Amino acid sequence: MNREEHNTSFPAPVLVAALMVLALFTFASAQKKSSCIDCHVKLDDPRLSNPAKLFDNDVHRSRGLSCNDCHGGDPNADTSEAAKDPSKGYLGKPRTADIPAYCGKCHSDANLMKKFNPSLRVDQESEYYTSVHGKLLKSGEQKVATCISCHTVHGIRAVSDPLSSVYPLNVADTCAKCHGNADYMRAFKIPSDQVIKFRTSVHAKALYDKQDLSAPTCNDCHGNHGATPPGIASVANVCGQCHARQADLFQTSPHKAAFDQQGLAECVTCHSNHDIATPTDQMIGTQQGALCVNCHTDGDKGFAAAAHMRTRIDQLIASIDKSNEILSVAERKGMEVSKPKFDLKGATDALTHARVLIHSSSNIEVDKVVGPGLNVAGKGYQAGLDALAELSFRRKGLAVSLIFILFLALLVYLKIRQLETRQSISK
Amino acid sequence: MQEWLDERLSISALSDIARKKEVPVHRYSIWYYFGGMTLFLFVVQVVTGILLLLYYRPSAENAFESVQFIITEVQFGWLIRSIHSWSANLMIATLFIHLFSVFFLRAYRRPREMTWVSGVVLLFIVICFGFSGYLLPWNKLAFFATKVGTEIAGVIPIVGRPVLRFLRGGDDVTGATLTRFFGFHVAVLPATATVFLAVHVLLVQLHGMSVPPSLKAENVRKMKFIPNFLLRDLIGWILAIGVLAALAALFPWELGEKADAFAPAPAGIKPEWYFLFMFQTLKYLPAKILGMDGEVLGIMAFNVVALLLFIVPFVDRGQENRRRTLIFNIIGVLALLYILVMTIIGYVT
Repeated sequence: MNREEHNTSFPAPVLVAALMVLALFTFASAQKKSSCIDCHVKLDDPRLSNPAKLFDNDVHRSRGLSCNDCHGGDPNADTSEAAKDPSKGYLGKPRTADIPAYCGKCHSDANLMKKFNPSLRVDQESEYYTSVHGKLLKSGEQKVATCISCHTVHGIRAVSDPLSSVYPLNVADTCAKCHGNADYMRAFKIPSDQVIKFRTSVHAKALYDKQDLSAPTCNDCHGNHGATPPGIASVANVCGQCHARQADLFQTSPHKAAFDQQGLAECVTCHSNHDIATPTDQMIGTQQGALCVNCHTDGDKGFAAAAHMRTRIDQLIASIDKSNEILSVAERKGMEVSKPKFDLKGATDALTHARVLIHSSSNIEVDKVVGPGLNVAGKGYQAGLDALAELSFRRKGLAVSLIFILFLALLVYLKIRQLETRQSISK
Repeated sequence: MQEWLDERLSISALSDIARKKEVPVHRYSIWYYFGGMTLFLFVVQVVTGILLLLYYRPSAENAFESVQFIITEVQFGWLIRSIHSWSANLMIATLFIHLFSVFFLRAYRRPREMTWVSGVVLLFIVICFGFSGYLLPWNKLAFFATKVGTEIAGVIPIVGRPVLRFLRGGDDVTGATLTRFFGFHVAVLPATATVFLAVHVLLVQLHGMSVPPSLKAENVRKMKFIPNFLLRDLIGWILAIGVLAALAALFPWELGEKADAFAPAPAGIKPEWYFLFMFQTLKYLPAKILGMDGEVLGIMAFNVVALLLFIVPFVDRGQENRRRTLIFNIIGVLALLYILVMTIIGYVT
């Protein structure tokens, strides 16, 4: 570029400023006029102004929708009367009973939803009516949850938004707004301590302490739009969504028929429901505090099986601990034992597997994995012994070598003395 | 046989030179042994390195496992590997002692300037040996230390980025870096070191041992290099073998965990002790110094100090001057103290 050309072009800052002004103008003109928001946001009554203010963060707004897309009316009108003209489709605030259909107008329309979120399901409304909430609403009950009870209204956020009331970490609190309110629940004759119990459960620890969003919260077991308490017959299916292996094993176990006969809920009988504790080995066996003795008594087959399974698991734990201990000692002394330590994970895997196989209530199945696990742990222990023996050999070898080395150094020193004595005599 | 060899190789001429070689005996003679000790440890490195080569496999997939195999399955493999690692560290330590003793005794002065220059080159070669060898077991610590080390090289203006890519064999530390470092460690550096070592030793033989200027050379007693001095050297080498054996048996060099590029960097990661004073310095530097990036400035300063090392004999020349001697002594003591203090802080913090 020659000097002349350079002088005739615009300076870069001018160009950038011009582009920014153009971009702002384009953005402003792209925003649709909404007299609803313009007026409501200025109103003193928070019941009327809050919807307009909250709508700023609403997922619908971010997709280009506005008040009239739900409430009807004319957002281009300049007066309140014209904007809320029923002839222009103004619907106003829906009644509680109409809310599912109000939302379902779009959310149940597969063709419409494809334009905004093709992966979003469109059966929420019909599913809602299968829920306890939906059934009660249909029966005329007004104090039940509808769409807005959980998703809020006007400030609705996407489920993936951490500020959303239905984000996994917030679901329990959202449910607790009603289900944790004893006064509110009294009319329905259901307890209100579920969320308090849930907060103490192993699931809540995973969800809140480890921030594991795959851990279950209320809707993962009860469903969300079709929320309902699982019946006795379906509890195992619900738990089995995640704990598939345990559920399968239980189906083949002698407990299955016995539980069915006595009308016991499968998983819940031993593990409880909302306050499911971290399972421990103390839950199995025949000692005080073990769950098996709630039904089994000394002398019956189940009692013996429980005692056997617990003994085998304890044997494996003790063997793993012993191997770990000796390998750690060898490691602390500088021996390379990472391979046997890694191999020992095979025994830990066997222990985990055995704990799962307890659900089969079969000693044979448990023995099938405990036996090999004990072998692996035994090899780990032997590797630890070998490492310590090698260490002892090295130290003895070092002692012998040092004696030899010092002796050699002494010999050289004596040779120097002899040599220098001779040299001084010859001088 | 001797006659046959003498006729062809003039051995008697060489042995005559060796027999005539003498070493000054004075109160600083102890420092003469550190050059020989460094050379001995270098030989240990070569021998143990060749033995390790028999089993070592230089790839990201096999390096860690091959070192694990050496120390757990190969007869006395643990001893060879530990001696190689300990000897490397002791060699760097004796090299630093040798460098500072030569500096404080003014042994670099005319006509020994090139002996000093070749020695400084050897110092940097040995440090490169240490840096490249550290990565070869392909463990977690080495992986991240190499990542940090090469990143530091990468911030040097203009040449930094190409140097980083050259060292790593790409943008990240990968198997390509390992192969490259292996090549440097077993081929490029040994070849270069052999050349400079030959020059260095030859120059030492040519000029003989330097007598410190503070002593009058004509008043200094002398001893025969062969056998008197060599036998004393031998005692040191025999004891060094004992120290290496004890360190290897009592404190075997750890292997750690296999490197995993996707794992987070271990907390409190530190480089090898001989880089620690520089690493610690860079940590203390403010983000900006006079508008320039503090880290870049620190690295540039270390590069300048490295270059200054080369020109020491050309600055301190001419007649012995008390004032200049004092200045050089102060600089030497301050540098030594700085290295020691920063290294200790680096270890403690």
